[in-house]
Amino acid sequence: MNKPEYQRVAYYPGCALEGTGHAYNRSTQAVGAALGLKLDEVKNWNCCGAMEVKNIDPAVQTYLSSRVLSIAANEMGAKVVMAPCNGCYHNLKKAEHELAHDAGSREAVERISKKAGHATYRAGQLETIHALDWIKDGIGEEELKRRLKGSLKGLKVANYYGCMYTRPRHIFPEKDRGPGSESTSQPHFMDDLLAAAGAENVEFPLKTACCGGAHTLSDSDTSTRLVLNILRAAETAGADVIATECPTCHSGLEMHQVRAEKVLGEKTQVRMLYFTQLLGIALGVSPRRLGVHENVSDGLALLREKGLA
Amino acid sequence: MIHEKSLIRPENLKTHDKLVIDGVDVSGHWSTFIESRVVTDYNERLEEEIAALPGGEHIHRCWQCGSCTNSCTVNAVNPDFNPRFWIYLIRTGMESELLRDKDIVWQCVSCHKCTYACPRDVVPEGVMKATAHWLELKGHTPKSRSTIFDEEFTAQVVATGKIEEGRVIRNFFARTGQPLLQDWLVEMARRVARRLPVLQGLKLGLAALFRPRTRGWSKAQAAITEYVNEQEAKHRKALHLE
Repeated sequence: MNKPEYQRVAYYPGCALEGTGHAYNRSTQAVGAALGLKLDEVKNWNCCGAMEVKNIDPAVQTYLSSRVLSIAANEMGAKVVMAPCNGCYHNLKKAEHELAHDAGSREAVERISKKAGHATYRAGQLETIHALDWIKDGIGEEELKRRLKGSLKGLKVANYYGCMYTRPRHIFPEKDRGPGSESTSQPHFMDDLLAAAGAENVEFPLKTACCGGAHTLSDSDTSTRLVLNILRAAETAGADVIATECPTCHSGLEMHQVRAEKVLGEKTQVRMLYFTQLLGIALGVSPRRLGVHENVSDGLALLREKGLA
Repeated sequence: MIHEKSLIRPENLKTHDKLVIDGVDVSGHWSTFIESRVVTDYNERLEEEIAALPGGEHIHRCWQCGSCTNSCTVNAVNPDFNPRFWIYLIRTGMESELLRDKDIVWQCVSCHKCTYACPRDVVPEGVMKATAHWLELKGHTPKSRSTIFDEEFTAQVVATGKIEEGRVIRNFFARTGQPLLQDWLVEMARRVARRLPVLQGLKLGLAALFRPRTRGWSKAQAAITEYVNEQEAKHRKALHLE
């Protein structure tokens, strides 16, 4: 598919991409530039509420996300907003769903928006997409193959999507629509793109398992156990690298890989790279421009070992 | 009544070491029986109180199929974490039974597998959050580490419109009395620093000193604060506090 409306989209990086997910931000922009996809950053954006604000008050989280949508739609005139972070993507989708179906949320958002002095976002003004949709439906595998400068041949990849990209199903009405659409039980967009770039995807049963990201610091022992399951499953499946598409998942896997080693004495070798870093390599972008050296796990050594860097 | 294996506790099991009935020796485990429990302390308001908190609204829809517990991420790590059972206890008003698990309810990681699996749209994840919230508001448990993290995070978003991860983490460790220089965090920093060019390291460090903000946020801050205070007062009233 080659959706014209995805060629130029409003870009919502979110807080994590300015902090721990800095490399994801760099690599997303670098891949966009290499593919000729344009990004207009949402002006003066705010935090979407992540996984925390909803526990204080869900309507406030809906408001926070709706403000981002409102700026993109009403001040920038965008039709599509793209969020590479699963947390942001999930929250914008959730806000869209709440505003379409729940009068209480509509009322709270209307009231706070009015007092905050900006237009209230109305459901249906925008389409929210993930960085995966952006490349998969904006460029597609065939076109991607034509633009490749290299190949990920010989690299065994476990594709890890986490929780927020597919659950709960009702906030993603465009998924599970048969051929061509994304699946919430067996997501495959990242698999498809990396396969097009030459990677060998391994059979990975924990694609949508939880890394314990919401409690990564408040309940570290549980998170370490959950992450260790994911890392071990990837290694058992024969993966050299876990491809990620969320800064919280990515840093969770990296943090708890170190923690498992330090606290439990459980060492794992598998590396973590953002899918945009992997695509960037195949598109001939330098590892440095993709921020590979900013990762905790040594992806650079792996790429060199495989003759990719 | 649904049979609850976990309700058979050591204190309900009675065994006579020496017992002869009608000339038959039934000493030891032959005489084991389960003492029947009489529950008199039902809290008839339990379900409506939890339903009054955000996330708990749909608890009444539950028909106890167990899909939530079956799909639960935390249950796989700790079998005592049992959303289906807790929903049952809440709906039948068995507060004292619920309180036995009060210290683990907050551990729900919000992976939404239960919400995905639930055939009745109960949103068990929301019910877990509402229950953890209820336990804290009623004073049954101190604020969990998760709540402290949520509060730190939310306070920063409400104040500036954005968060700066380093600051949230520092404040969280300080409030929970944990040293920031944990072995594994130091090790992580060491691994990144090894490869990061000095200039970029400096740039990232400097960025951390300047607090990111959304411009013109003060009106949003005031509106959110007013709304949150109103909601909190409403919740306290629904829980018959004050």
